[in-house]
Amino acid sequence: MERTPHIVVIGGGSTGIGVARDLALRGVEVTLVEQGNLTHGTTGRMHGLLHSGGRYAVADQASAIECIEENRILREIAGHCVEMTGGLFVKRPEDPEEYFQEKLAGCRECGIPAEVISGAEARQMEPHLAKDVEKAITVPDGAIDPFRLVVANAVDAQDHGARIETHTRVTDLLVEGGAVVGIEVEHGVDTPGTVIGEDSGTERIYADHVINATGAWAGRIGEMAGVDIAVRPSKGVMTVMNIRQVDTVINRCRPKGDADIIVPHETAAILGTTDVEVDDPEEYPEEQWEVDLMIDTLAELVPMLREARTIRSFWGVRPLYEPPEVASEDPTDITRDFFLLDHADRDDLPGLTSIVGGKLTTYRQMAETIADHVCAKFDIDAPCVTAERPLPGSGDFTLMRDYMEEFGLRSPIGRRSAERLGSRADEVLETDGPNPTICACEAVTRAELQDAIGQAGSDLNAVRIRTRSSMGNCQGGFCAHRMANELSKATDPMTTEAAWDDLLAERWRGQRHALWGEHLSQVMLNYAMQAATQCRDTAGAASAGTDFGAFRGVGPTVPTDQAGREPAHGD
Amino acid sequence: MAIESDVLVIGGGLAGMMSALAAAEEGASVRLISYKQSTLRQASGLIDLLGYLPGEQRPVVSPYEAIGALPAEHPYAILGVDRVRAAMDRFDTTVGYDGGGAERNTLVATHAGGYKPTFRTPQSVTPGALADGGAMLLVGFDPITDFDAPFAAAMLTEAGVPFEVHGETLPFPIEQASDAGIGRFAALIEEDPAVPATGRTLRESIATAIGAVLGEAERVGVPAILGTQESASIIAELEAALGVPVFEVPMGPPSLLGSRLEAELHAALDRAGVSMELGNPVVDADADARISTVYVEKNHAQIPYAASEYVLATGGLVGKGVGSDRSQVHEPVFGCHIPHPADRSDWYDDDVFGAHPFARFGVRVGGDLRPQTADGAIEYQNLRAAGSVIGGADFAKEKSGSGISIATGVAAGTAAAEEAA
Repeated sequence: MERTPHIVVIGGGSTGIGVARDLALRGVEVTLVEQGNLTHGTTGRMHGLLHSGGRYAVADQASAIECIEENRILREIAGHCVEMTGGLFVKRPEDPEEYFQEKLAGCRECGIPAEVISGAEARQMEPHLAKDVEKAITVPDGAIDPFRLVVANAVDAQDHGARIETHTRVTDLLVEGGAVVGIEVEHGVDTPGTVIGEDSGTERIYADHVINATGAWAGRIGEMAGVDIAVRPSKGVMTVMNIRQVDTVINRCRPKGDADIIVPHETAAILGTTDVEVDDPEEYPEEQWEVDLMIDTLAELVPMLREARTIRSFWGVRPLYEPPEVASEDPTDITRDFFLLDHADRDDLPGLTSIVGGKLTTYRQMAETIADHVCAKFDIDAPCVTAERPLPGSGDFTLMRDYMEEFGLRSPIGRRSAERLGSRADEVLETDGPNPTICACEAVTRAELQDAIGQAGSDLNAVRIRTRSSMGNCQGGFCAHRMANELSKATDPMTTEAAWDDLLAERWRGQRHALWGEHLSQVMLNYAMQAATQCRDTAGAASAGTDFGAFRGVGPTVPTDQAGREPAHGD
Repeated sequence: MAIESDVLVIGGGLAGMMSALAAAEEGASVRLISYKQSTLRQASGLIDLLGYLPGEQRPVVSPYEAIGALPAEHPYAILGVDRVRAAMDRFDTTVGYDGGGAERNTLVATHAGGYKPTFRTPQSVTPGALADGGAMLLVGFDPITDFDAPFAAAMLTEAGVPFEVHGETLPFPIEQASDAGIGRFAALIEEDPAVPATGRTLRESIATAIGAVLGEAERVGVPAILGTQESASIIAELEAALGVPVFEVPMGPPSLLGSRLEAELHAALDRAGVSMELGNPVVDADADARISTVYVEKNHAQIPYAASEYVLATGGLVGKGVGSDRSQVHEPVFGCHIPHPADRSDWYDDDVFGAHPFARFGVRVGGDLRPQTADGAIEYQNLRAAGSVIGGADFAKEKSGSGISIATGVAAGTAAAEEAA
């Protein structure tokens, strides 16, 4: 190797960030660009399942084996992002026995630990399971926080020299002499102010190789260089409950279908999902029937869901891909495996590799494959170390110490802070000043928020995904303004106001689909606090031009008539 | 035997309390029953009448004049301006707020850097009016996260207030746990303990710290945490130490200004002889064309209450006087009709502060304040509604919540008492 090659990675989801970290750890020079904040695309819009592989054990055993391998690795290297809840495949009377047996056999063939338990045993584990659930298969499913995972990968990549640019949109691929030689980007898009990396302007970034890790957006990048990448984006709804009705991942044991999984995640449970092909990964309808389907169908497994409170719904777009000759009619038939497309071989366009398909659980293995591919091109023989090397936060953290005592935090604030921060808890929570709680629902303190602002810049949604602040029951009703207040200590007022409005808009987007019952009451309270008490609806730009002097002032300075009434006119 | 009264008011918020007062002052025997804590504790404690007309960007200066421009289904339009004015006059004589008799709105700073057109203010808030007055210093305290004084001052400056405004964040003299709430700070300030190793009390320490940053300021605003009940004397002490007026900036929940207003109204209800029972829900009713009895659940028993006239003041979506599920919106106590779009996806606007249909959910009433069925008939001859259980107004955007509660409360209570007589 004559010199260190420079690799550009497009896409700040789990795949792109995984590739950037892997390459950086092998000593390669890496620049990653992401059009939104990290996880902005599909990664931030998934149900948070750490697959055991059980879901693929019948139809796609190669994927199932990858999943169980990576499941074991992530528990080790990303412990602070994972909650090992365990999982169940539950069988209702109408679900086919034959499939249940296939599932069990498939798990065992793939090396996925699986045991059959009775309905009564399943209900002992999960008391809210339906009375007529007959039996279940236990598997090592878990919950994983995709935000924390991606941020930890990004931090480690940066620590090893990677340059990461969020809110940076690729406007063109640079093609010279029939090869891709770099990208042209615009910095500072869709953002109120400073973010990770450059603030604004356009830039040409030259590279020895470009990795297109944009998932459902891969076709758009391909078009810029005239290559066709037929991603088949498929939307799926996720409905968020305000509490955990279950503490174990609950899968419906039947061949395939919508609304067949419940993932307990932090303070919530997430119901999923649908699988509907869409034309555009950004513009697609978010439909009420999808939410109703989640509740009504999954209530067959956990009846209390029918009357339970949901706090929001969100949609994600799977970056499904299959070689065009397969031509599956139904998106549920498209493989969940990933494809590495080397455009030199495929399209006679050197300098560009695209990665499509795949899933979060196997992000590390995908990244390893791509990094190996790149390293082979440049004769780099550095080995992949990501399977052994813990992520920042999952380092030597053998003892969960008493953070309550040490940082003056009461339980459960101390416990939850430490769970999120992992081995970074010391450096983040040690502060000189008072450390008040900002988000009571998720137990986030000022120190954690300020740490996130230091990482993410003035993007409160990026701060949100790092801390979970505003992601609980009240969805920011009680803390959005506090988050803005914290940000205002670090940046100018107008930038803070813009970031605040962006946060409110993002929180509103998902809550629109949860507006009935208890949560409609919450939303009305939030609206009343934010509009009636804070007057956020008329603040900022809308407020300019008010004639303050026309209003009644401080003292009893206005003459009153005999009835003690101020004259209505002429004052 | 049922517990009897001339008028039974269901709901203990501002509307329920004002209607009970109005009915009692007409000479009726009045009972008030309330299930939940009053939403006054969640509101700012200001008395808003009408701050914005629907769809308008400019705040209303003269709310009585603006009432004429409201749509016909708005509660103020239904009542007419004279009854609104009479109700506000009654509030002015009942509660010791500033602005009594005045026709114009005042503008006050919010804890989140906005400004609000409002009609009547607690005395502790009045010196913070934004129309005039001298240079302003806003003071926040480091552990109080709901109010950032430098940020609020910057936003007010940006909005163009006609005076200098500056913000300072000070340490709170006594260290608190990370989850200490507003009530904790207020109670400490009221208790006024000694600050260790300073030889000063808490209030003296606060005054000294403010004095050190006062500069040229001619008035000082602090978050509304100056005591739970003794704010007047606490403010007087701070003013004496600083030599300039001190005012409170209204805060969100838990709102001490709202709690103080509630205490003042409870005292007025006591004086008027209204009997109040808090904490038990109405769970059932006997009714045909008239309501004969309602049942209140107490200690797992259903206790019957009977009255000649009933006032429904159970609140809106927040107070649970308006309920909903995935398919419909309903009024839970008597099942009164609530107009709403059939499709749930039409209940909201896509913008955070858009024209949300849900914000206007509530029963439909005529000028007699009797809830009406879908085809405009009277639901029950002896039932009137008051406050945010009535639909047709977006109080949050209009800044009209307390005014609607007072106006409809007084009107419903007065009419109920007249009918019962």
